[in-house]
Amino acid sequence: MTRDLRIQTSYALLLGALLTASVFLVRQVDKVRSDEPLQEVLYIPSPKVVKRLSLGYSGLLADIYWTRVVQYFGTKHKAKARQYLILEPLLEMTSTLDPQLLPPYEVGSIFLAQKPPEGAGDPAAAARFVEKGIRENPQAWRLYYDLGYIYWLELKDPAKASDAFERGSKVAGAHPWMRVMAAALAGHAGETETAIYMWTNILNNTEDQDLRSNALNRLRCLRVDSEVELLQKRVDLFAQRTGHPPSSWQDLVADGLLRGVPVDPKNSRYRLADGRVQVEHPELFPFITRGLPPGAELGDLPGEVGFTVTKNPS
Amino acid sequence: MIGRLWAIAYNTFREAVRDRVLYNLILFALLIVGASVLFGQISLDINRIVLINLGLTAISLFGIVIAIFIGIGLVSKEIEKKTLYTVLAARPVRRWEFITGKFLGLVMTLTVNALLMSVGFFAAVLYVSHGLGRVDLSLVTAIYFILLEFVLITALALLFSTFSTPIFSSIFAFAIFAIGTFAEDLRGFAQMAHGFTRWLMTGAAYLVPNFASLNVIAQVAHNATVEPKLILLNTLYVAVYAGAVLTASVWIFERRNLK
Repeated sequence: MTRDLRIQTSYALLLGALLTASVFLVRQVDKVRSDEPLQEVLYIPSPKVVKRLSLGYSGLLADIYWTRVVQYFGTKHKAKARQYLILEPLLEMTSTLDPQLLPPYEVGSIFLAQKPPEGAGDPAAAARFVEKGIRENPQAWRLYYDLGYIYWLELKDPAKASDAFERGSKVAGAHPWMRVMAAALAGHAGETETAIYMWTNILNNTEDQDLRSNALNRLRCLRVDSEVELLQKRVDLFAQRTGHPPSSWQDLVADGLLRGVPVDPKNSRYRLADGRVQVEHPELFPFITRGLPPGAELGDLPGEVGFTVTKNPS
Repeated sequence: MIGRLWAIAYNTFREAVRDRVLYNLILFALLIVGASVLFGQISLDINRIVLINLGLTAISLFGIVIAIFIGIGLVSKEIEKKTLYTVLAARPVRRWEFITGKFLGLVMTLTVNALLMSVGFFAAVLYVSHGLGRVDLSLVTAIYFILLEFVLITALALLFSTFSTPIFSSIFAFAIFAIGTFAEDLRGFAQMAHGFTRWLMTGAAYLVPNFASLNVIAQVAHNATVEPKLILLNTLYVAVYAGAVLTASVWIFERRNLK
Protein backbone atom coordinates (compact mmCIF):
# COMPACT_ATOMS: atom_id res chain seq x y z
CA MET A 1 0.00 0.00 0.00
CA THR A 2 1.44 3.34 -1.00
CA ARG A 3 1.60 6.24 1.43
CA ASP A 4 -1.01 8.18 -0.55
CA LEU A 5 -3.46 5.27 -0.51
CA ARG A 6 -2.91 4.82 3.23
CA ILE A 7 -3.77 8.49 3.83
CA GLN A 8 -6.89 8.26 1.66
CA THR A 9 -8.04 5.10 3.46
CA SER A 10 -7.45 6.74 6.85
CA TYR A 11 -9.57 9.74 5.87
CA ALA A 12 -12.37 7.51 4.60
CA LEU A 13 -12.35 5.40 7.76
CA LEU A 14 -12.29 8.47 10.02
CA LEU A 15 -15.16 10.04 8.10
CA GLY A 16 -17.20 6.82 8.27
CA ALA A 17 -16.56 6.45 12.01
CA LEU A 18 -17.51 10.04 12.80
CA LEU A 19 -20.73 9.86 10.76
CA THR A 20 -21.70 6.57 12.43
CA ALA A 21 -21.03 8.12 15.84
CA SER A 22 -23.17 11.14 14.97
CA VAL A 23 -26.10 8.90 13.93
CA PHE A 24 -25.75 6.99 17.23
CA LEU A 25 -25.75 10.25 19.20
CA VAL A 26 -28.81 11.63 17.40
CA ARG A 27 -30.69 8.44 18.25
CA GLN A 28 -29.73 8.86 21.90
CA VAL A 29 -30.87 12.50 21.84
CA ASP A 30 -34.21 11.40 20.34
CA LYS A 31 -34.71 9.00 23.25
CA VAL A 32 -34.05 11.74 25.81
CA ARG A 33 -36.29 14.32 24.17
CA SER A 34 -40.00 13.57 23.92
CA ASP A 35 -41.47 14.40 20.52
CA GLU A 36 -44.79 15.42 22.13
CA PRO A 37 -43.96 19.14 22.50
CA LEU A 38 -42.91 19.25 18.86
CA GLN A 39 -46.15 17.58 17.78
CA GLU A 40 -48.34 20.28 19.25
CA VAL A 41 -46.42 23.27 17.95
CA LEU A 42 -47.48 25.40 15.04
CA TYR A 43 -44.32 27.39 14.38
CA ILE A 44 -46.06 30.14 12.43
CA PRO A 45 -49.70 30.31 13.48
CA SER A 46 -50.94 32.70 10.79
CA PRO A 47 -51.87 31.00 7.49
CA LYS A 48 -51.65 34.34 5.70
CA VAL A 49 -48.09 34.92 6.89
CA VAL A 50 -47.07 31.43 5.80
CA LYS A 51 -48.66 32.04 2.40
CA ARG A 52 -46.68 35.27 2.04
CA LEU A 53 -43.47 33.55 3.08
CA SER A 54 -43.99 30.83 0.48
CA LEU A 55 -42.99 33.33 -2.25
CA GLY A 56 -45.67 32.00 -4.55
CA TYR A 57 -44.79 28.32 -4.05
CA SER A 58 -47.83 27.85 -1.79
CA GLY A 59 -49.01 24.71 -3.59
CA LEU A 60 -46.01 22.70 -2.45
CA LEU A 61 -46.26 24.11 1.07
CA ALA A 62 -49.94 23.09 1.20
CA ASP A 63 -48.97 19.53 0.25
CA ILE A 64 -46.39 19.51 3.02
CA TYR A 65 -48.91 20.82 5.56
CA TRP A 66 -51.49 18.24 4.44
CA THR A 67 -48.89 15.52 4.92
CA ARG A 68 -48.25 16.95 8.38
CA VAL A 69 -52.00 16.75 9.11
CA VAL A 70 -52.06 13.09 8.10
CA GLN A 71 -48.98 12.31 10.18
CA TYR A 72 -50.25 14.30 13.18
CA PHE A 73 -53.66 12.64 13.08
CA GLY A 74 -52.14 9.18 12.55
CA THR A 75 -49.75 9.56 15.49
CA LYS A 76 -52.42 10.89 17.86
CA HIS A 77 -54.99 8.34 16.71
CA LYS A 78 -52.55 5.51 17.27
CA ALA A 79 -51.93 6.80 20.78
CA LYS A 80 -55.74 6.95 21.34
CA ALA A 81 -55.48 10.67 22.14
CA ARG A 82 -58.50 12.52 23.50
CA GLN A 83 -57.33 15.89 22.21
CA TYR A 84 -56.16 17.02 18.78
CA LEU A 85 -55.03 20.52 19.66
CA ILE A 86 -53.52 21.67 16.38
CA LEU A 87 -55.61 19.64 13.94
CA GLU A 88 -57.96 22.50 13.06
CA PRO A 89 -55.19 25.15 12.74
CA LEU A 90 -53.19 22.77 10.54
CA LEU A 91 -56.18 22.17 8.29
CA GLU A 92 -56.87 25.91 8.17
CA MET A 93 -53.24 26.49 7.18
CA THR A 94 -53.41 23.84 4.43
CA SER A 95 -56.64 25.19 2.97
CA THR A 96 -55.41 28.79 3.01
CA LEU A 97 -52.19 27.83 1.24
CA ASP A 98 -54.08 25.92 -1.44
CA PRO A 99 -57.85 26.47 -1.31
CA GLN A 100 -58.35 24.13 -4.28
CA LEU A 101 -56.74 21.11 -2.59
CA LEU A 102 -59.77 18.90 -1.91
CA PRO A 103 -58.47 16.00 0.27
CA PRO A 104 -58.09 18.23 3.37
CA TYR A 105 -61.78 19.18 3.19
CA GLU A 106 -62.96 15.65 2.38
CA VAL A 107 -60.78 13.67 4.77
CA GLY A 108 -59.75 16.39 7.24
CA SER A 109 -63.40 17.10 8.07
CA ILE A 110 -63.83 13.45 9.06
CA PHE A 111 -60.73 13.73 11.28
CA LEU A 112 -62.31 16.80 12.91
CA ALA A 113 -65.83 15.46 13.25
CA GLN A 114 -65.43 11.97 14.67
CA LYS A 115 -65.68 11.53 18.42
CA PRO A 116 -62.41 11.02 20.35
CA PRO A 117 -60.34 8.92 20.11
CA GLU A 118 -61.43 8.45 16.49
CA GLY A 119 -61.16 12.18 15.86
CA ALA A 120 -61.19 15.62 17.39
CA GLY A 121 -64.91 15.43 18.25
CA ASP A 122 -65.67 18.87 16.85
CA PRO A 123 -68.35 18.36 14.16
CA ALA A 124 -69.27 22.06 14.17
CA ALA A 125 -65.67 22.92 13.20
CA ALA A 126 -65.80 20.17 10.57
CA ALA A 127 -68.98 21.66 9.09
CA ARG A 128 -67.43 25.16 9.08
CA PHE A 129 -64.33 23.78 7.38
CA VAL A 130 -66.30 22.02 4.63
CA GLU A 131 -68.41 25.17 4.14
CA LYS A 132 -65.12 27.00 3.52
CA GLY A 133 -64.20 24.31 0.99
CA ILE A 134 -67.56 24.81 -0.74
CA ARG A 135 -67.03 28.57 -0.89
CA GLU A 136 -63.65 28.01 -2.54
CA ASN A 137 -64.78 25.12 -4.76
CA PRO A 138 -68.51 25.53 -5.42
CA GLN A 139 -68.38 22.99 -8.25
CA ALA A 140 -67.03 20.14 -6.08
CA TRP A 141 -70.28 18.26 -5.39
CA ARG A 142 -68.53 15.78 -3.08
CA LEU A 143 -68.00 18.55 -0.52
CA TYR A 144 -71.79 19.05 -0.23
CA TYR A 145 -72.04 15.30 0.22
CA ASP A 146 -69.45 15.42 3.04
CA LEU A 147 -71.24 18.38 4.63
CA GLY A 148 -74.57 16.56 4.47
CA TYR A 149 -73.12 13.56 6.24
CA ILE A 150 -71.55 15.70 8.98
CA TYR A 151 -74.89 17.40 9.64
CA TRP A 152 -76.80 14.18 9.50
CA LEU A 153 -74.54 11.75 11.39
CA GLU A 154 -72.48 13.97 13.68
CA LEU A 155 -74.64 17.03 14.32
CA LYS A 156 -77.97 15.14 14.12
CA ASP A 157 -79.47 17.93 12.07
CA PRO A 158 -81.34 16.29 9.18
CA ALA A 159 -82.81 19.59 7.98
CA LYS A 160 -79.37 21.12 7.39
CA ALA A 161 -78.12 17.80 6.01
CA SER A 162 -80.99 17.77 3.53
CA ASP A 163 -80.17 21.35 2.56
CA ALA A 164 -76.50 20.42 1.93
CA PHE A 165 -77.47 17.43 -0.24
CA GLU A 166 -80.02 19.55 -2.08
CA ARG A 167 -77.44 22.29 -2.82
CA GLY A 168 -74.95 19.67 -3.97
CA SER A 169 -77.48 17.95 -6.21
CA LYS A 170 -77.70 21.15 -8.28
CA VAL A 171 -73.97 21.06 -9.10
CA ALA A 172 -73.20 19.82 -12.61
CA GLY A 173 -72.06 16.20 -12.56
CA ALA A 174 -73.38 15.52 -9.04
CA HIS A 175 -74.40 11.95 -8.34
CA PRO A 176 -78.18 11.40 -8.61
CA TRP A 177 -78.18 10.03 -5.06
CA MET A 178 -77.59 13.55 -3.80
CA ARG A 179 -81.21 14.36 -4.63
CA VAL A 180 -82.30 11.07 -3.12
CA MET A 181 -80.45 11.90 0.10
CA ALA A 182 -81.87 15.40 0.22
CA ALA A 183 -85.42 14.11 -0.13
CA ALA A 184 -84.92 11.26 2.32
CA LEU A 185 -83.51 13.57 4.98
CA ALA A 186 -86.16 16.20 4.43
CA GLY A 187 -88.72 13.47 5.22
CA HIS A 188 -86.72 12.38 8.22
CA ALA A 189 -86.70 15.93 9.48
CA GLY A 190 -90.47 16.05 9.55
CA GLU A 191 -90.59 18.46 6.65
CA THR A 192 -93.01 16.24 4.80
CA GLU A 193 -94.11 18.82 2.25
CA THR A 194 -90.48 19.42 1.19
CA ALA A 195 -89.86 15.71 0.93
CA ILE A 196 -93.00 15.20 -1.19
CA TYR A 197 -91.88 18.03 -3.46
CA MET A 198 -88.37 16.64 -3.89
CA TRP A 199 -89.46 13.04 -4.45
CA THR A 200 -92.03 14.18 -7.02
CA ASN A 201 -89.29 16.17 -8.68
CA ILE A 202 -87.04 13.11 -8.80
CA LEU A 203 -89.88 11.00 -10.19
CA ASN A 204 -90.60 13.49 -12.95
CA ASN A 205 -86.98 14.12 -13.89
CA THR A 206 -85.40 10.70 -14.04
CA GLU A 207 -85.65 7.83 -16.47
CA ASP A 208 -83.75 5.49 -14.19
CA GLN A 209 -86.25 2.74 -13.30
CA ASP A 210 -84.66 2.01 -9.93
CA LEU A 211 -84.78 5.68 -8.95
CA ARG A 212 -88.37 6.01 -10.16
CA SER A 213 -89.59 2.97 -8.23
CA ASN A 214 -87.75 4.18 -5.14
CA ALA A 215 -89.29 7.63 -5.50
CA LEU A 216 -92.78 6.09 -5.86
CA ASN A 217 -92.20 3.97 -2.78
CA ARG A 218 -91.03 7.04 -0.83
CA LEU A 219 -94.02 9.09 -1.98
CA ARG A 220 -96.41 6.31 -0.90
CA CYS A 221 -94.78 6.23 2.54
CA LEU A 222 -94.93 10.02 2.85
CA ARG A 223 -98.63 9.85 1.95
CA VAL A 224 -99.15 7.26 4.69
CA ASP A 225 -97.28 9.50 7.16
CA SER A 226 -99.42 12.49 6.38
CA GLU A 227 -102.67 10.45 6.36
CA VAL A 228 -101.85 8.86 9.71
CA GLU A 229 -101.11 12.30 11.15
CA LEU A 230 -104.45 13.64 9.87
CA LEU A 231 -106.45 10.60 11.05
CA GLN A 232 -104.78 10.72 14.46
CA LYS A 233 -105.92 14.34 14.85
CA ARG A 234 -109.53 13.27 14.13
CA VAL A 235 -109.26 10.37 16.59
CA ASP A 236 -107.89 12.69 19.27
CA LEU A 237 -110.68 15.19 18.58
CA PHE A 238 -113.27 12.41 19.00
CA ALA A 239 -111.66 11.36 22.28
CA GLN A 240 -111.71 14.97 23.44
CA ARG A 241 -115.42 15.35 22.63
CA THR A 242 -116.63 12.04 24.09
CA GLY A 243 -114.09 11.42 26.83
CA HIS A 244 -113.10 8.01 25.43
CA PRO A 245 -111.26 6.82 22.31
CA PRO A 246 -113.29 5.49 19.36
CA SER A 247 -113.72 1.70 19.23
CA SER A 248 -113.91 1.65 15.41
CA TRP A 249 -113.85 3.96 12.37
CA GLN A 250 -117.67 3.81 12.35
CA ASP A 251 -117.71 5.93 15.50
CA LEU A 252 -115.90 8.73 13.65
CA VAL A 253 -118.16 8.35 10.57
CA ALA A 254 -121.25 8.52 12.81
CA ASP A 255 -119.81 11.65 14.48
CA GLY A 256 -119.29 13.28 11.10
CA LEU A 257 -115.49 13.38 11.46
CA LEU A 258 -114.93 10.95 8.53
CA ARG A 259 -116.91 10.15 5.39
CA GLY A 260 -115.93 6.48 5.32
CA VAL A 261 -113.38 3.90 6.45
CA PRO A 262 -109.92 5.16 5.47
CA VAL A 263 -107.58 3.01 3.34
CA ASP A 264 -103.84 3.28 2.74
CA PRO A 265 -102.21 3.64 -0.73
CA LYS A 266 -102.15 -0.17 -1.07
CA ASN A 267 -105.90 -0.28 -0.43
CA SER A 268 -105.69 -1.88 3.03
CA ARG A 269 -107.75 -0.39 5.84
CA TYR A 270 -105.99 1.62 8.48
CA ARG A 271 -106.25 -0.02 11.89
CA LEU A 272 -107.46 1.66 15.03
CA ALA A 273 -106.05 0.19 18.25
CA ASP A 274 -106.52 1.87 21.65
CA GLY A 275 -106.98 5.26 20.08
CA ARG A 276 -103.82 4.97 17.92
CA VAL A 277 -103.89 4.88 14.10
CA GLN A 278 -101.77 2.09 12.59
CA VAL A 279 -101.11 0.62 9.15
CA GLU A 280 -102.27 -2.92 8.45
CA HIS A 281 -99.14 -4.04 6.56
CA PRO A 282 -96.12 -1.99 7.68
CA GLU A 283 -93.82 -4.22 5.60
CA LEU A 284 -95.35 -2.66 2.47
CA PHE A 285 -94.24 0.80 3.60
CA PRO A 286 -90.59 0.48 4.60
CA PHE A 287 -89.99 4.23 5.06
CA ILE A 288 -92.96 5.31 7.18
CA THR A 289 -92.33 7.09 10.46
CA ARG A 290 -95.94 7.13 11.69
CA GLY A 291 -98.64 4.48 12.11
CA LEU A 292 -96.25 1.68 12.95
CA PRO A 293 -97.73 -1.08 15.15
CA PRO A 294 -96.02 -1.47 18.56
CA GLY A 295 -92.71 -3.35 18.26
CA ALA A 296 -92.23 -2.45 14.59
CA GLU A 297 -89.01 -0.50 13.95
CA LEU A 298 -88.55 2.63 11.93
CA GLY A 299 -87.55 1.63 8.44
CA ASP A 300 -86.58 5.09 7.35
CA LEU A 301 -82.82 5.03 7.30
CA PRO A 302 -81.69 7.59 4.77
CA GLY A 303 -78.17 6.12 4.72
CA GLU A 304 -79.60 3.03 3.09
CA VAL A 305 -81.12 4.90 0.20
CA GLY A 306 -78.49 3.55 -2.14
CA PHE A 307 -79.33 0.06 -0.99
CA THR A 308 -83.00 0.63 -1.48
CA VAL A 309 -82.51 1.85 -4.99
CA THR A 310 -80.62 -1.22 -6.08
CA LYS A 311 -82.12 -3.88 -3.84
CA ASN A 312 -85.75 -2.87 -3.87
CA PRO A 313 -86.79 -2.27 -7.46
CA SER A 314 -90.37 -3.46 -6.61
CA MET B 1 -22.85 41.06 -34.94
CA ILE B 2 -24.96 37.87 -34.65
CA GLY B 3 -21.76 35.84 -34.86
CA ARG B 4 -20.17 37.79 -31.99
CA LEU B 5 -23.30 37.53 -29.86
CA TRP B 6 -23.46 33.80 -30.50
CA ALA B 7 -19.77 33.37 -29.64
CA ILE B 8 -20.16 35.13 -26.28
CA ALA B 9 -23.42 33.31 -25.51
CA TYR B 10 -21.97 29.91 -26.40
CA ASN B 11 -18.87 30.54 -24.30
CA THR B 12 -21.02 31.57 -21.34
CA PHE B 13 -22.97 28.33 -21.74
CA ARG B 14 -19.77 26.25 -21.97
CA GLU B 15 -18.34 27.96 -18.93
CA ALA B 16 -21.49 27.23 -16.91
CA VAL B 17 -21.38 23.58 -17.93
CA ARG B 18 -17.67 23.47 -16.99
CA ASP B 19 -18.69 24.91 -13.60
CA ARG B 20 -20.75 21.74 -13.11
CA VAL B 21 -24.05 23.60 -13.14
CA LEU B 22 -25.84 20.60 -14.59
CA TYR B 23 -24.98 18.57 -11.48
CA ASN B 24 -28.24 19.89 -10.01
CA LEU B 25 -30.01 17.50 -12.38
CA ILE B 26 -28.90 14.57 -10.23
CA LEU B 27 -30.35 16.24 -7.14
CA PHE B 28 -33.54 16.98 -9.05
CA ALA B 29 -33.89 13.35 -10.18
CA LEU B 30 -33.40 12.11 -6.61
CA LEU B 31 -35.94 14.63 -5.35
CA ILE B 32 -38.58 13.61 -7.86
CA VAL B 33 -38.13 9.86 -7.40
CA GLY B 34 -37.94 10.27 -3.62
CA ALA B 35 -41.06 12.44 -3.53
CA SER B 36 -43.04 9.98 -5.68
CA VAL B 37 -42.25 7.13 -3.32
CA LEU B 38 -42.26 9.01 -0.01
CA PHE B 39 -45.43 11.08 -0.34
CA GLY B 40 -47.32 8.06 -1.64
CA GLN B 41 -46.59 6.40 1.69
CA ILE B 42 -46.92 9.22 4.21
CA SER B 43 -49.68 11.39 2.75
CA LEU B 44 -53.22 10.90 1.53
CA ASP B 45 -54.75 11.36 -1.94
CA ILE B 46 -52.20 13.86 -3.26
CA ASN B 47 -49.62 11.75 -5.13
CA ARG B 48 -49.99 13.51 -8.46
CA ILE B 49 -50.54 16.96 -6.97
CA VAL B 50 -47.43 16.76 -4.82
CA LEU B 51 -45.37 15.49 -7.74
CA ILE B 52 -46.44 18.45 -9.88
CA ASN B 53 -45.98 20.99 -7.10
CA LEU B 54 -42.60 19.63 -6.07
CA GLY B 55 -41.32 19.06 -9.60
CA LEU B 56 -42.25 22.50 -10.92
CA THR B 57 -41.13 24.28 -7.73
CA ALA B 58 -37.77 22.52 -7.94
CA ILE B 59 -37.34 23.43 -11.62
CA SER B 60 -38.18 27.03 -10.78
CA LEU B 61 -36.10 27.40 -7.62
CA PHE B 62 -33.03 25.57 -8.97
CA GLY B 63 -33.13 27.78 -12.04
CA ILE B 64 -33.51 30.99 -10.06
CA VAL B 65 -30.64 30.09 -7.73
CA ILE B 66 -28.44 29.20 -10.71
CA ALA B 67 -29.48 32.38 -12.56
CA ILE B 68 -28.58 34.55 -9.58
CA PHE B 69 -25.30 32.86 -8.66
CA ILE B 70 -24.02 32.71 -12.21
CA GLY B 71 -25.60 35.98 -13.29
CA ILE B 72 -23.93 38.03 -10.56
CA GLY B 73 -20.51 36.81 -11.65
CA LEU B 74 -20.94 37.28 -15.37
CA VAL B 75 -19.38 40.72 -15.47
CA SER B 76 -17.51 40.96 -12.16
CA LYS B 77 -15.67 37.68 -12.74
CA GLU B 78 -14.44 38.88 -16.14
CA ILE B 79 -13.21 42.10 -14.54
CA GLU B 80 -11.56 40.24 -11.68
CA LYS B 81 -9.79 37.79 -14.01
CA LYS B 82 -8.81 40.65 -16.33
CA THR B 83 -10.29 38.73 -19.27
CA LEU B 84 -12.76 41.51 -19.98
CA TYR B 85 -10.02 43.81 -21.24
CA THR B 86 -8.85 41.13 -23.65
CA VAL B 87 -12.37 40.63 -24.98
CA LEU B 88 -13.23 44.29 -25.33
CA ALA B 89 -9.86 45.64 -26.38
CA ALA B 90 -8.35 42.92 -28.53
CA ARG B 91 -11.56 41.75 -30.26
CA PRO B 92 -14.15 43.73 -32.21
CA VAL B 93 -16.79 43.29 -29.51
CA ARG B 94 -18.91 46.18 -28.35
CA ARG B 95 -19.97 46.54 -24.75
CA TRP B 96 -23.67 46.04 -25.46
CA GLU B 97 -22.82 42.90 -27.43
CA PHE B 98 -20.87 41.60 -24.47
CA ILE B 99 -23.78 42.17 -22.04
CA THR B 100 -26.41 40.79 -24.43
CA GLY B 101 -24.25 37.78 -25.28
CA LYS B 102 -23.71 36.99 -21.61
CA PHE B 103 -27.45 37.31 -21.00
CA LEU B 104 -28.32 35.00 -23.90
CA GLY B 105 -25.68 32.48 -22.80
CA LEU B 106 -27.09 32.23 -19.30
CA VAL B 107 -30.67 32.02 -20.56
CA MET B 108 -29.52 29.22 -22.88
CA THR B 109 -27.89 27.39 -19.95
CA LEU B 110 -31.03 27.70 -17.85
CA THR B 111 -33.27 26.61 -20.73
CA VAL B 112 -31.22 23.48 -21.38
CA ASN B 113 -31.17 22.78 -17.65
CA ALA B 114 -34.95 23.26 -17.34
CA LEU B 115 -35.67 21.16 -20.42
CA LEU B 116 -33.60 18.27 -19.08
CA MET B 117 -35.41 18.53 -15.75
CA SER B 118 -38.74 18.66 -17.60
CA VAL B 119 -37.97 15.35 -19.31
CA GLY B 120 -37.49 13.74 -15.89
CA PHE B 121 -40.54 15.53 -14.54
CA PHE B 122 -42.84 14.31 -17.32
CA ALA B 123 -41.47 10.79 -16.96
CA ALA B 124 -42.45 10.89 -13.28
CA VAL B 125 -45.92 12.30 -14.10
CA LEU B 126 -46.35 9.57 -16.72
CA TYR B 127 -45.45 6.95 -14.10
CA VAL B 128 -47.81 8.34 -11.43
CA SER B 129 -50.75 9.10 -13.75
CA HIS B 130 -50.29 6.02 -15.99
CA GLY B 131 -50.43 8.24 -19.06
CA LEU B 132 -50.42 11.80 -20.30
CA GLY B 133 -53.50 13.62 -21.55
CA ARG B 134 -54.62 16.97 -22.90
CA VAL B 135 -54.90 18.26 -19.37
CA ASP B 136 -51.13 17.90 -18.99
CA LEU B 137 -50.62 20.59 -21.60
CA SER B 138 -51.06 23.13 -18.82
CA LEU B 139 -47.89 21.70 -17.26
CA VAL B 140 -46.01 22.77 -20.40
CA THR B 141 -47.44 26.27 -19.93
CA ALA B 142 -46.24 26.32 -16.31
CA ILE B 143 -42.73 25.33 -17.47
CA TYR B 144 -42.84 28.04 -20.12
CA PHE B 145 -43.71 30.59 -17.43
CA ILE B 146 -40.79 29.31 -15.35
CA LEU B 147 -38.50 29.96 -18.33
CA LEU B 148 -39.91 33.50 -18.47
CA GLU B 149 -39.02 33.86 -14.76
CA PHE B 150 -35.45 32.84 -15.63
CA VAL B 151 -35.28 35.49 -18.35
CA LEU B 152 -36.32 38.18 -15.86
CA ILE B 153 -34.07 37.11 -13.02
CA THR B 154 -31.07 36.66 -15.35
CA ALA B 155 -31.51 40.19 -16.66
CA LEU B 156 -31.78 41.53 -13.10
CA ALA B 157 -28.74 39.61 -11.83
CA LEU B 158 -26.76 40.87 -14.81
CA LEU B 159 -27.87 44.44 -14.11
CA PHE B 160 -26.63 44.27 -10.50
CA SER B 161 -23.46 42.60 -11.70
CA THR B 162 -22.61 45.66 -13.81
CA PHE B 163 -22.26 48.01 -10.84
CA SER B 164 -21.95 45.99 -7.63
CA THR B 165 -19.90 43.28 -5.97
CA PRO B 166 -21.06 39.66 -6.29
CA ILE B 167 -22.25 39.46 -2.66
CA PHE B 168 -24.35 42.60 -2.86
CA SER B 169 -25.58 41.65 -6.32
CA SER B 170 -26.87 38.33 -5.02
CA ILE B 171 -28.58 40.04 -2.06
CA PHE B 172 -30.20 42.58 -4.40
CA ALA B 173 -31.29 39.87 -6.84
CA PHE B 174 -32.85 37.64 -4.15
CA ALA B 175 -34.55 40.67 -2.61
CA ILE B 176 -36.00 41.84 -5.89
CA PHE B 177 -37.21 38.29 -6.62
CA ALA B 178 -38.93 38.12 -3.21
CA ILE B 179 -40.48 41.57 -3.69
CA GLY B 180 -41.56 40.61 -7.21
CA THR B 181 -43.57 37.68 -5.84
CA PHE B 182 -45.59 40.24 -3.86
CA ALA B 183 -46.11 42.48 -6.91
CA GLU B 184 -49.89 41.97 -6.97
CA ASP B 185 -50.17 42.67 -3.21
CA LEU B 186 -48.03 45.79 -3.57
CA ARG B 187 -50.38 47.17 -6.19
CA GLY B 188 -53.30 46.37 -3.87
CA PHE B 189 -51.60 48.17 -0.96
CA ALA B 190 -50.88 51.16 -3.19
CA GLN B 191 -54.59 51.48 -3.97
CA MET B 192 -55.29 51.86 -0.25
CA ALA B 193 -52.99 54.89 0.10
CA HIS B 194 -53.97 58.48 -0.64
CA GLY B 195 -52.52 61.52 -2.39
CA PHE B 196 -48.83 61.64 -3.23
CA THR B 197 -48.09 58.44 -1.30
CA ARG B 198 -50.52 56.63 -3.54
CA TRP B 199 -48.75 57.83 -6.68
CA LEU B 200 -45.37 56.95 -5.22
CA MET B 201 -46.49 53.52 -4.04
CA THR B 202 -48.23 52.76 -7.33
CA GLY B 203 -45.11 53.76 -9.26
CA ALA B 204 -42.92 51.53 -7.08
CA ALA B 205 -45.39 48.66 -7.32
CA TYR B 206 -45.34 48.80 -11.13
CA LEU B 207 -41.57 49.15 -11.21
CA VAL B 208 -40.81 45.87 -9.44
CA PRO B 209 -40.81 42.80 -11.69
CA ASN B 210 -44.13 40.97 -11.66
CA PHE B 211 -43.13 37.43 -10.71
CA ALA B 212 -46.56 36.73 -9.19
CA SER B 213 -48.37 36.20 -12.49
CA LEU B 214 -45.60 33.90 -13.75
CA ASN B 215 -46.23 31.34 -11.03
CA VAL B 216 -49.16 29.10 -12.01
CA ILE B 217 -47.82 25.95 -10.35
CA ALA B 218 -50.61 25.55 -7.77
CA GLN B 219 -53.17 26.21 -10.49
CA VAL B 220 -51.92 23.58 -12.94
CA ALA B 221 -51.51 21.04 -10.14
CA HIS B 222 -55.32 21.03 -10.02
CA ASN B 223 -55.58 20.57 -13.79
CA ALA B 224 -56.76 24.16 -14.29
CA THR B 225 -56.02 25.56 -17.72
CA VAL B 226 -54.09 28.78 -18.22
CA GLU B 227 -55.77 31.40 -20.37
CA PRO B 228 -54.04 31.91 -23.75
CA LYS B 229 -54.34 35.66 -23.20
CA LEU B 230 -52.27 35.37 -20.03
CA ILE B 231 -49.60 33.44 -21.94
CA LEU B 232 -49.43 36.18 -24.55
CA LEU B 233 -49.41 39.04 -22.04
CA ASN B 234 -46.80 37.41 -19.81
CA THR B 235 -44.57 36.80 -22.84
CA LEU B 236 -44.87 40.42 -23.95
CA TYR B 237 -44.35 41.70 -20.40
CA VAL B 238 -41.17 39.67 -19.89
CA ALA B 239 -39.80 40.72 -23.29
CA VAL B 240 -40.43 44.39 -22.50
CA TYR B 241 -39.24 44.28 -18.88
CA ALA B 242 -36.14 42.23 -19.62
CA GLY B 243 -35.42 44.58 -22.54
CA ALA B 244 -35.63 47.54 -20.16
CA VAL B 245 -33.35 45.90 -17.59
CA LEU B 246 -30.84 44.94 -20.29
CA THR B 247 -30.90 48.50 -21.62
CA ALA B 248 -30.14 49.77 -18.11
CA SER B 249 -27.32 47.22 -17.77
CA VAL B 250 -25.75 48.25 -21.09
CA TRP B 251 -26.14 51.92 -20.20
CA ILE B 252 -24.35 51.47 -16.85
CA PHE B 253 -21.71 49.23 -18.40
CA GLU B 254 -21.04 51.69 -21.22
CA ARG B 255 -20.36 54.43 -18.65
CA ARG B 256 -18.16 52.28 -16.49
CA ASN B 257 -14.43 52.94 -16.51
CA LEU B 258 -12.82 49.55 -16.90
CA LYS B 259 -9.20 50.70 -16.94
